[in-house]
Formats: sequence, C-alpha cells, structure tokens
Amino acid sequence: MNAPLLEVRDLAKQYTSRGSTLTILQNISFDIGKGEVVGLVGESGSGKTTIGRSILRLIEPSAGSVHFDGTELTELSASQMRRARPRMQYIFQDPFASLSPRMTIGEILTEGLKIQGIGNSKERLDRARKALEQVDLPADAVNRYAHEFSGGQRQRIGIARALTLQPEFIVADEPVSALDVSIQAQVINLLRDLQQRLGLTMLFISHDLAVVEYICDRVIVLYLGRVMEIAPSAELYADPQHPYTRALLSAIPSPDPDAHRNRQILRGDIPSPANPPSGCVFRTRCPKAISRCAEVVPALRETAPGRFKACIRDDLNGSVS
Amino acid sequence: MKQAAETILDVKGLRTVFRVRAGEVTAVNGIDLSVAAGETLALVGESGSGKSVTSLSVMRLLTRKIGAIAAGSVHLKRKDGGVRDLVSLSEQEMRSIRGDDIGMVFQEPMSSLNPVYTIGDQISEPIRIHRGADRKSAMDAAISLLDQVGIPDAARRVKQYPHELSGGMRQRATIAMALACDPTLLIADEPTTALDVTIQAQILDLLQKLQRERGMAMLFVTHNLGVVAEIAHRVAVMYAGRIVETGPVTEVFRNPKHPYTLGLLASMPKLGDATRMKHAGEKLAAIPGVVPSLMNMPAGCAFEPRCKFATEGCRKAVPPLFEVSPHHRSRCIHWQEV
Repeated sequence: MNAPLLEVRDLAKQYTSRGSTLTILQNISFDIGKGEVVGLVGESGSGKTTIGRSILRLIEPSAGSVHFDGTELTELSASQMRRARPRMQYIFQDPFASLSPRMTIGEILTEGLKIQGIGNSKERLDRARKALEQVDLPADAVNRYAHEFSGGQRQRIGIARALTLQPEFIVADEPVSALDVSIQAQVINLLRDLQQRLGLTMLFISHDLAVVEYICDRVIVLYLGRVMEIAPSAELYADPQHPYTRALLSAIPSPDPDAHRNRQILRGDIPSPANPPSGCVFRTRCPKAISRCAEVVPALRETAPGRFKACIRDDLNGSVS
Repeated sequence: MKQAAETILDVKGLRTVFRVRAGEVTAVNGIDLSVAAGETLALVGESGSGKSVTSLSVMRLLTRKIGAIAAGSVHLKRKDGGVRDLVSLSEQEMRSIRGDDIGMVFQEPMSSLNPVYTIGDQISEPIRIHRGADRKSAMDAAISLLDQVGIPDAARRVKQYPHELSGGMRQRATIAMALACDPTLLIADEPTTALDVTIQAQILDLLQKLQRERGMAMLFVTHNLGVVAEIAHRVAVMYAGRIVETGPVTEVFRNPKHPYTLGLLASMPKLGDATRMKHAGEKLAAIPGVVPSLMNMPAGCAFEPRCKFATEGCRKAVPPLFEVSPHHRSRCIHWQEV
C-alpha cells in the first residue's frame, strides 16, 4: 500500500432516541492508500453507508478521527470543510433520486464548480462537457434533463458530477446496484478505467462481493457496525478467515451449473442494533461460536501481513471451508 | 426433473398489451411456456423484458384500465384435476383460483402483508375463504404453516403484526400464506430480491424444500442468473417481451445458444474469477447499448442492435425459436455460431 491518503480511526456513530442508544458503528479503523480502491462490504444495517457519509461529513460521526492527507476532517468548521470538499466526492446509489428533475445536466454538473467559485460560466460548462466525455456520454447532454436518460446513463451522469471537481478521493456508494446486469458491467468497466486513468483513490461500497472483487484492491467486511475482516481482495476470496466472510461468500448464488453447492446457510437474522449480542456481534449466527464468544469483544488483530480479523477462534484457520 | 410429470401450467401465444397515450404497446409478445408438477421454471430477464407482466398475466392481476391480455391461452390444471383457461374466466372465478390453486409470493414482503392484521389472521384468511374453515381451526392451520416455513415459536408469532417481524421472517410468512391451501402452482416473483444474501440463501433453500415435499409446479421470476442456477430445473430467458432462449438450466448455462444469454452470463462478475481478470487486464464483457423501447421496437430481432453476431438477415423478421436439442430452443438465426 502507498502512503495512506485517508486514515480512519475508531470511527463511531450512535443515535439516541427516547433514552435508548442505537450503536450503528463502533471502532471502525482502516487506511486507504493513495490510488488504492478499498471495498466496504456487508449486509443491510452493517453500517457501510454510514461510514462513507461520516468520512465526508455528510453526517457527523459521534467519535473517532478521519485524517485526509494531513488534515483532520472531523475538526474542520463548516466553511473549512466546504473548501476541502472538491478533493473528495460522492457517487450515490440511486440514479433516479440523485439527479434533480428540474435542472439540466449542465446545471447539475456545474453546480459544485459554482459553489466553489471555480471559473466563469463558459469555463464551467467546458468542464462539464469534458466530464461527460470521460463517462462516454455526448457533450451536448448538458442541455438535456435527467428523465431523457436511461438508468445506466444517469449513473454515468452521477459519476461525471463527481469528476467535474477533479477530486482525488471518491466514495462510490453502491454505484451499480440499481442497474441491470448488462448495464452494470458497462459502468463497472467505466469506473475501473477512470480510477486507473485518473489515479483516483476510492472507497467502494457494495453488498455484492463479486463486484467488489472485480474493482477493489482490498476489502473490509462489516457486520452490524463492526469490522469482521480486512484483507487484500485476492487473499480474501481465496482464503476467507472470518466465519462471517466464509458464510457470506458461500451464500452468493453462482450461475455456474458445475459449481460446488456445499453451501453453508446461516441461521437466524441480523440482530437489531438496539439490542446487539454481547461479545462478538456475529456469534448468534456463527456456526463456529463457542461460549467464550459471548464474553469477549474480539479485537481486530493482524494475523498475517495485511490481513486482519476480529475473531477469537484461531484454531479454525485453514481447517474449515 | 420428472419428464412424465403432469403439466400444471400451459401458456400458449400469450400477448399482453398496455394502453398508452400514443396507442398500444406490446409488453409480452407471444409467450409459450409450460410447468409440470414438481418442476421449477425460471423466467429470467432484465428490467422491461416482460417477465413480471407474464406472471401478472397468468394470475390475471393486470388492471383492466392499463393492460390486458390481447391473445393466447393460460391453461391451469386445478386441484380437482379440471383444466381451465384462465384467460376466459370471470374475475369472480379467478378469485376462487388465486390463493387456492395458485399461490403467490411477491418481491416486497412488507407491501404484500397488511400492516393492520396479525400474521395469523392473514395466513388463515385463505383457509377460511377457500375451505370454509372456522376461525379456530384456520388459526391452528396457520400455526402449523408458520412452523413448516421455519418460523420459530409459531404459536406466539401468529399474534404478531408484520412490523414486528424481520424482512426474512415476513417473506417466510408470505410463503406460508401462499401455501395455505396447497396450491398446484406457486408463482414467485422476485421473492428474494429485497433480501440480504444470507437471508436469500435461507429462503431459496426453504422454497426448494417445500416444493419437493409438496410436488408443486413453480414459476419463479427473477433477474438473477445465480438464483436461477440455484433453484430452477428449466429456464426461459426473456428479452423485449419474447422468450429468446429456453431449456434445462444446466444445458442453457453451460452452452448458451442465444447471443443475449451468452452476453448476460459474460457480463456477470463471477466470484473468484475477478482477481484473475484484474491481473490479466481483462474487462467484463458488457453488452453495449440499451434495451429498445417498447414504443420503438426493431422490425426484426429485438436484440440485433446490441448483438455482435448480427447480420442483414436479423433485421428482416423476428426469428422463430430454433430447436438446438430436444428441450433447448434459441430465437436466433445464428444459433449454430453462438
């Protein structure tokens, strides 16, 4: 990994309502190197989006630090944060909800530049046209409205909007989840091309492990707001170490009719964050849980260079599939 | 798959149209399909392919104002052994079939359950309506059904409301509701799409088990090819309102003979393969372009504008379904080259 561009330490998010506390995120720590693509995977309620938004302070974290290229983002005032924003951008999941139906594509793409006071209106429009070309859309799209485009094209517009400010860091939050599979592949290829061509650093949020493997260098696996495992993608898929990662991988239906189907089906549901299990939050569904799992919260430990897991059962490695 | 099993659902030449301002558009354009007892047929396709309109047409759940079956027949073998063409039935007759001979499971368990009735009330309702059971015995049946769909502590759960259940539990409850009257046909329209992958695995496993035990025919609508391989015996791939390829799942997925099926399979990132592709600098084989609008269909093969095998001949007429092997068919004049 290159020198980290982003260092997240002990990030936490809690909501309090009517005297009870919901812990959405706890002790989230990771780095992202310059030019690296890190995947954030997990099921509903695992805290993926909360992490992405907390980093860019689209929501305020309850605790923890977010260090971006030497600056502590959590301590910046609103106006300082606004000045820092061009360097970090967000791509949203829903290409229908994230584009205003009342603005032309040109207005949507130049709004950020305008807020940042970059260029005059002609220069801004030129940048918008260039961003559209980068995502393989015709430059004359600036005069049209979002409803004139298909889902895949709208998602390209969302990507172009993130690019107009020429950011170094992008949080892509489920950018292909709303798309049909044939269109999804187009957008995945585009994102990977752009990332390589522009040397972007990216946090890629997804519930789809196959998509994450294709686009990410490293992967962070979340469950109920805690990190379960961190590993380089090739290693994570070849040799998952945490029982949750194993279960998650085995639950993905494969279109290959010759694939082995000795699937491990997790029992039960994801617990509620209002009432999380003691000790390891995964233990209530874990096929390998022992009584001590209820007593201690497993720390995220480095088990091999670059590989981290939060599980007390070291005796499992390599012995189960 | 039992080849000799009796046919439960037999759809012939189904055409469903929607009324729009500019006239009429054809969402489903001449579909033939059949499902036998104990068999699962997956109807797979992307947004706008017509897969859900097909299943809604079979159930006769299209609102008359916007859509209607324009042609074709939908024969269903009922529990009493009688075969009826659902297209010709009155709404009242359909109501006696839905929930009794046909069980239905939809994508969003929260919107297919009524928030102001208990789970038990909703599962026992079809038993009371179709079987004339009294409240008490219908509720006992509901408890036993919840138990069969793997909901623990069923006697307590029947008294709960949908909001007290998790997404996976709600989907189990809607499955219990669909199975309440022992249907001969279960129609499941994207039943796992709204669920997390570990819960999806549970529900697929459950549906498979229930189908085996009960010998139902199942029509399973999905956009997910992985789910198809997991659950179905046969598959029908839809594109722009037509079936473009159909056959046994293993044969179609191992040896696709329509360029669209081939393209769909190639554009899916496959677990374990991505690392290799990344190192080799390979890209996902995306299908270029977009699905044509129903308002503006190409004259010939609807996939032709996106197809790498396309030739002049593809633009002339809609290709028929060619026989690849006795059970495998492809709607492509170039199927031998695919």
